[in-house]
Amino acid sequence: MTGTRFRNKGQFTTPLSIAALGLVWMIAAALTADPQILPGPFQLIAPMRQELASGELLYHLGSTLRRVFWAFVLAMTFGLILGLVMGRFPRVDRWLDPWLVIFLNLPALVLIVLCYLWIGLTETAAILAVTLNKIPNVATVVREGARALDPELDAMARVYRLPAWVRLRHVVLPQLAPFVAAAARSGVAVIWKIVLVVEFLGRSSGVGFQIHLYFQLFDVTMVLVYALSFIGVMLLVEWVLLQPWERRVRRWRNA
Amino acid sequence: MIRVAIDAKYFNGKPVLGQVHFNIAAGETVALVGPSGIGKTTILRIVAGIDTDFQGQVQRPDALAMVFQEPTLLPWRSALDNLLLVHPELDRTKAAAALVRVGLGGRESAFPGQLSLGQRRRLSLARAFAGHPELLIMDEPFVSLDAETAAEMINLTEALIAETGLATLFVTHSAAEAQQLADRVLRLQGMPAQLPA
Repeated sequence: MTGTRFRNKGQFTTPLSIAALGLVWMIAAALTADPQILPGPFQLIAPMRQELASGELLYHLGSTLRRVFWAFVLAMTFGLILGLVMGRFPRVDRWLDPWLVIFLNLPALVLIVLCYLWIGLTETAAILAVTLNKIPNVATVVREGARALDPELDAMARVYRLPAWVRLRHVVLPQLAPFVAAAARSGVAVIWKIVLVVEFLGRSSGVGFQIHLYFQLFDVTMVLVYALSFIGVMLLVEWVLLQPWERRVRRWRNA
Repeated sequence: MIRVAIDAKYFNGKPVLGQVHFNIAAGETVALVGPSGIGKTTILRIVAGIDTDFQGQVQRPDALAMVFQEPTLLPWRSALDNLLLVHPELDRTKAAAALVRVGLGGRESAFPGQLSLGQRRRLSLARAFAGHPELLIMDEPFVSLDAETAAEMINLTEALIAETGLATLFVTHSAAEAQQLADRVLRLQGMPAQLPA
């Protein structure tokens, strides 16, 4: 009975917390008393509807989401391979570790500017810049997972001569799943922010481009409309895709 | 015939195994005994082909199975899938029958985490026998079990070995286990460990 009551209380924590944030925003807007500096949350509804009706909002959200998707897929794929190889082969790790440290500490902005300078203001440069920014983080997290792989399961796979693909899919990847999930969740959060910078600096579509446009016009309302819309999309991705996937790969732990 | 001819094995430059030469005939069960830390598990890992960094030669069949000290199952896979992934040649009926044979009938869909230690060891045993190996290697397979469960497991293992007629090499600290299961007992001694001539 007590457990149920606590669980029910927990269910209201998230909406209450978001409502509290909204309240703080409303109070700040009221104190500022200037919608051009800080509009209240309800003042965003009309311009958001207008942008939705004109198709502008969906077009730019779609452009940003497409870039986030490709950068995410590429960063996760290459980061996973790199982290796995570095975690499994100490000699490779010794060679590549300094590279990883350098890339981890290279500011995102430097990579973005260099990609644009070397490749041009193209879609390839934009996605490559975001991917290169994220690969070192994914590799670092996955490397820790690869270092923690159970050597006895490895031995079992060798004794029973499991083919390499079966070993990877059924022995190695399930052990890496918590690390991959952690890298994926932090990856999505970081990637979309970098995508916005990339769009801000050198693309003619996307949420970042629109924020750049309305920054020049000093239109705080539209900046917030685009930023909050994309935050909404990313929360949807988190709740509809990432969290259910994480629950699925962890279900054996709760069985 | 399984021929084991280990001449030396070093860990970080320190010799841990000296001359360890023995054969195991088809259908024969051999127990390897000796004090803790002398290198019994190392010998099993060499015979199984897990450890290849040694001086000497081992002639072993391709079809071999190992029961590890811990059950070493895939915790994210059901009991049935633990058999099917390792032995894809089995159909579900045969795999389920293998579970029934070790007393795990009805637990096909259970994850290893839902099984007791004794049941996990049974599953590990089922996995070993399901592939019809010519050589079975067991590393203290009954350790950490209560006396009653250990006795049940020893009887089950004895019956399975008798049914399949495979060669078996196992490590134990228990004289009773060795006496019940083994046709021959090899006693390791010295430093580096050797088999007395």
